[in-house]
Amino acid sequence: MGRTTIGVRSVTDSLGIERAGQDRGSEGLARFLGWLSLGLGVTALARREQVSRLTGVDDSPVARQVLAAAGIRELGHAAVLLIPRRARWGAWTRVAGDVLDLAVAGQAMKGRRGERRQRLTYTTWALAGITAVDVYTAVRATRGRRGRDANRVYGSVTVNRSTAEAYRFWHDFENLPRFMSHLQSVQTTGDRRSRWTAKAPAGRKVTWDAEIVDDRPGELITWRSVDGARVPNSGSVRFVPAAGGRGTEVRVELGYRVPGGMFGARVAKLFGENPQQQVCDDLRRFKQVIETGEITRSDGSPDGSTVHQQLKQRPAQPLATRGSGR
Amino acid sequence: MRANCWMAPNNLAVKNVPDPQILNPRDAIVRITSSAICGSDLHLLHGYIPAMKKGDVLGHEFMGEVVELGPGVRDGLSLGDRVVVAFPIACGNCASCEQGLYSICENSNPNAAIAEKVMGHSPAGIFGYSHLLGGYAGGQAEYARVPYADVGTIKIEDDLADEQVLFLSDVLPTGYMAAEMCDIKRGDTIAIWGAGPIGQFAAASALLLGAERVIVIDRFPYRLRIARENTGAETINYEQTDVLDALREMTAGRGPDACIDAVGMEGHHASAALHAYDKAKQATKTETDRPHALREAVLSCRNGGTISVIGAYGGFIDKFPMGSFMNRSLTMRSGQAHVQRYMRPLLERIRKGEIDPTFIITHTMGLEDAPHGFDIFKNKQDECLKVVLKT
Repeated sequence: MGRTTIGVRSVTDSLGIERAGQDRGSEGLARFLGWLSLGLGVTALARREQVSRLTGVDDSPVARQVLAAAGIRELGHAAVLLIPRRARWGAWTRVAGDVLDLAVAGQAMKGRRGERRQRLTYTTWALAGITAVDVYTAVRATRGRRGRDANRVYGSVTVNRSTAEAYRFWHDFENLPRFMSHLQSVQTTGDRRSRWTAKAPAGRKVTWDAEIVDDRPGELITWRSVDGARVPNSGSVRFVPAAGGRGTEVRVELGYRVPGGMFGARVAKLFGENPQQQVCDDLRRFKQVIETGEITRSDGSPDGSTVHQQLKQRPAQPLATRGSGR
Repeated sequence: MRANCWMAPNNLAVKNVPDPQILNPRDAIVRITSSAICGSDLHLLHGYIPAMKKGDVLGHEFMGEVVELGPGVRDGLSLGDRVVVAFPIACGNCASCEQGLYSICENSNPNAAIAEKVMGHSPAGIFGYSHLLGGYAGGQAEYARVPYADVGTIKIEDDLADEQVLFLSDVLPTGYMAAEMCDIKRGDTIAIWGAGPIGQFAAASALLLGAERVIVIDRFPYRLRIARENTGAETINYEQTDVLDALREMTAGRGPDACIDAVGMEGHHASAALHAYDKAKQATKTETDRPHALREAVLSCRNGGTISVIGAYGGFIDKFPMGSFMNRSLTMRSGQAHVQRYMRPLLERIRKGEIDPTFIITHTMGLEDAPHGFDIFKNKQDECLKVVLKT
């Protein structure tokens, strides 16, 4: 039927523009750490004797109290990590706990010799290992949230046009710069080939060649950059009739690989600071162009719909560029 | 050109600003001959509508002469045409426009993403009505740029005076739509909160649409007098009479068949304590709008009746009598007027003499006096009901 996994993966806002799919992998890992915390917490509290012997601190009543406190803290981590939507920041609470544990273990080692010291050393190594996993999870989870390493973006919009019209407009890639604001031009160079030029920071340009890999009239177009592109990228757009004559649902998926380093960061900016926002803005403009024939402009937003511009509005009074009175 | 600009809450100034220019193929530039101050402009003046910027040109009720046309304007609009401009900006091509729901045009608000944050989905852009609704320069000026000019204007071809047709831009269609939303049947009694221009036109329209009886509620005797003398409505002064009791009495216990809220977000209440409560909540931003009229309309309406909300709301209200609304099978209808849909039939009614909108005009002055016009309109001085600005 018309339902797809996209609808499950993301929520849809007004005009049906979908928000970012999230980094599910890091969320799974955070969930796992949550269960681990729960296990550790319960063990530390229920089997305090055994745990203190295992870690080499069974000689001190203070240490046993510290252990109990750590157990309670683990339960706290578990709570944060296992509540959906909190898991991302929950991973950082574990990192903080790890730092505390390492400090305490270091302190405990100072006064101990022999087998107890040996066991404390093992404990410290184990703690260091867990810390590494926690840091990795936390960094990945929170970075994913800001969308920096997301390299696939989705969006959709409903337009008051037939699937055939929407397909035809999109299929002429030379139309894309009319609504994709980061593109300067697209030139058709062959049957399935085209040459794309995008604006880069500091007035520079990036050019690459793309080819259509799948083309089903009125239904779907898939394209990708050919070998040698500095920013390998691909995209697909599907045209689905909206139920009851409500026009066409246009669903877009874009993917690109950002190479590392300074160059990579600069190129990432090409796609806007937030690629997900970029695709939403582009689809809003696609709707405007295909329905009304023009990009909507106001005095406050003379360049049309971009979130960037909406945050830095001009006053709602005419632009001064042409000057003189009428 | 000269234009009336919003500088800060309760601070307006007529200033020199650049002339507008064609930005899009379907734009027109109109040299404005008459404009008006709307009650909803007062919400902007008072700072209750978010996203205003210093220098914003106000005004969404205006008319004039087409002096420049973009290459894409269809529908036989030509230079020199005399036109009235609809206040909602609408493309005419999206699904909403095709259904005649012009004030929720899906394309005309370039700042839709901001509006979505506040309202969930974005309505249409509106001239001179904050950056939430597009950031368009308004028409209290010498010139204005009109986007989608082929959809947003109506040509006036006969010798009707500006004053007779100017209100096609907003208040006449708005009052008419308020009455239309009541779905009036023979014998209906319609109660209307607010005797401002919208309330006056809603009263006149309700009688035109076949209402048996129209009751207008306000606290300014001169406004109630204008309603009685020009629309044929009965009136209640809520500072002297308990509205619920009076309406129950007048309808022998049934309540009005439909109630129109033509007040909106800055309502007043006869009880000083209740008014202070909402005023305090508004000041502390724990509610943005004071819904006195709406609450009373819900409680007054007959079982199974309709509430037509035409007064402007901006955000959130408090203490809405949901229990009364739900248990008594009420219906609520609302919306900014879909002006483009009403301009032609209402112009026809004006031509035939079925309605003469000029009765609401109490003041006419030059554009330079706009801040003074706002002042007397806001403070209900000199029996002010409607200010027309001539340029």
